[in-house]
Amino acid sequence: MTSPAAAPRRLGTGRLVVWGGFALLFLLAPVVFTSSLSVSLLSQVGIAIVACLSYNMLLGQGGMLSFGHAVYTGLASFVAIHALLGIADGSFPVPVSLIPLVGGVAGAAFAVVLGFVTTKKAGTPFAMITLGLGELVTAMALMIPEFFGGEGGVTANRVVGKPILGLTFGPQIQVYYLLAIYTIVCTAAMFAFTRTPLGRMLNATRDNPERVEFIGYSTQRVRYISFIIAGFFAGVSGGMYALNFEIATAEVVAAGRSGLYLLFTFLGGATFFFGPIIGAVLMVLGFALFSEVTKAWQLYLGLIFLFMVMYAPGGIASLIMMNVRVAMHRKLHRLWGWYGLLAATALVMLVGFGAMIEMVYHLQLGSGGSSSTLRYLGITLDSRGAASWFGALAVALAGFAAFEFVRRRFAVQWGRIQTEIEADMTFKEPTPNAAAAS
Amino acid sequence: MSTGGTPAVELRDLRKSFGKTEIIRGTDLVVAPGERVAIIGPNGAGKSTLFNLISGRFGPTSGEILLHGKRIDGLKPYEINRLGLARSFQITNIFGRLSVFENLRCGLLWSMGYRYAFWKFLADLRDANERSEQLLKMIRLEKKRDTLAMNLTYAEQRALEIGITIAGGAEVVLLDEPTAGMSKSETARFIDLIREVTVGKTLLTVEHDMGVVFGLADKIAVLVYGEVIAFDVPDAVRANGKVQEAYLGSVLAETHA
Repeated sequence: MTSPAAAPRRLGTGRLVVWGGFALLFLLAPVVFTSSLSVSLLSQVGIAIVACLSYNMLLGQGGMLSFGHAVYTGLASFVAIHALLGIADGSFPVPVSLIPLVGGVAGAAFAVVLGFVTTKKAGTPFAMITLGLGELVTAMALMIPEFFGGEGGVTANRVVGKPILGLTFGPQIQVYYLLAIYTIVCTAAMFAFTRTPLGRMLNATRDNPERVEFIGYSTQRVRYISFIIAGFFAGVSGGMYALNFEIATAEVVAAGRSGLYLLFTFLGGATFFFGPIIGAVLMVLGFALFSEVTKAWQLYLGLIFLFMVMYAPGGIASLIMMNVRVAMHRKLHRLWGWYGLLAATALVMLVGFGAMIEMVYHLQLGSGGSSSTLRYLGITLDSRGAASWFGALAVALAGFAAFEFVRRRFAVQWGRIQTEIEADMTFKEPTPNAAAAS
Repeated sequence: MSTGGTPAVELRDLRKSFGKTEIIRGTDLVVAPGERVAIIGPNGAGKSTLFNLISGRFGPTSGEILLHGKRIDGLKPYEINRLGLARSFQITNIFGRLSVFENLRCGLLWSMGYRYAFWKFLADLRDANERSEQLLKMIRLEKKRDTLAMNLTYAEQRALEIGITIAGGAEVVLLDEPTAGMSKSETARFIDLIREVTVGKTLLTVEHDMGVVFGLADKIAVLVYGEVIAFDVPDAVRANGKVQEAYLGSVLAETHA
């Protein structure tokens, strides 16, 4: 009688565990990582998660490659900052805790206006329009200093208005917990969206816009409404940003930030809902931690991005899910050795190339003053010495050769395991679902 | 189903040019509700173009298209679909990265009134889900319920193509070469399936296989160079001298050879 699909929606234990764990992670993180730096980083992680998930509504779920998502997060940040100023002078009496919602409304409002033009088209024209609008808004940011504050941006103080329940949002930890709640609620809401009629038709529009038009839907309308919803969540993220940093500068609407959303959403994995969450964590860690390790970290980031586009277009999330599939068929143990070899050879290659990259940076930026030597992984390299260059090159090439040798054999093994899994699955048919439905 | 004598589909002096080339040259056609019409004709006669005009993929250059007596020429495909006309495609046109079940459910969401809803969960739409399961059985893909559409065999994809088309319950159904690329035995089974799922509907189909045409259709329209040169019951069309001369004779000769 009750086929699986006709049964009412149940919050299965599995899903409960995942969401409970997600929420718990956010609530307990500052208990484990207590330093002010980590609380600040955790706050930024929340902001980035909401931004990247909202971006992925367009990219992953709708097939809309936007180059201007920072327009919606950024403009919302400015509106939120002005709202904070309004709270301070009494002209805008709302609780400070609702600032992210103000940002959300602003983001949605801008998406209503700008998105109408943007979503007229799909595919390449869509991407072009987002790029153009992004440039337009960046240019405007410098032309209208009354709103955007010119070069210096606009600053505000979040410790304004009457404290509710004794919360002033002065201490970073209070802001963190507010942002954590927004992050959890927005993540749940955006996940819920993927389970609605509009969310599903957005997937259909991504896969085959032509057919969608012949089953009663205007693809333009599907894109437009989804774009507004994505704009809302982008705006919430922008409001969270304003509350956290108490400043908005022209940089928050600029193409660079839009590019980061694209890059890290893709790195995390656009084809899975949770992919952008991974991407967002990487984005914050990348800026805060890796930039401390090396000046050339964006170069490494670019290289990683290139490799991902070529070898794992599903991002980190798809890599994880592919291995989960292997693990579910109890074959993962056959890959551990290979992963060890791949990691070891990749490390050798990276050490070699890394040495060369660092030497180039050292020469170009002259960070060591007149000295041509630099410390690299505990050894001293001479950026003008042939020995250092040849040594680094030799290590890099040896690493590359070894990596390629291992990779080819790994690919064969991987293919063999996939074939076995396919065979397992065909053998097990009919699937439990089909059996239950009949 | 429809009121009185209003035809389900009516074409009045329909014309379509691409550049200087006129593909459809003054086509007239009246299809009564519940009729099954096969449109045949040599390659390049404009059969697919005719379907594209009726379903709104292209706008006509001149002339009128009426669905249940209402003008639909110049409307968008989704507007025409909402008025009760659905079509399938010659080249399989499905949602590759969605499961078979999801494909069917997408096909009926609009007609069940769910439109652009983002405040309801799909899993709670009992009527839509039950209907999707029914469709799944009708097109005999229950065992492939959760398979991604792109991983189906060709024949299964063709069945899904029909499933999406009829999902919304449109009263007028256009099938563009539904059996294209299928083997003989597959075709025979598939024709039974089409007959089954289109009971009580007005059916227009483009078809090359003459066995299919004579088996499935109440009436045959012969389209040659953008004009309907004959429109009658199969036996009369077979006997029609003009048709034999223009088209059917050679095809019949081919099939007998």
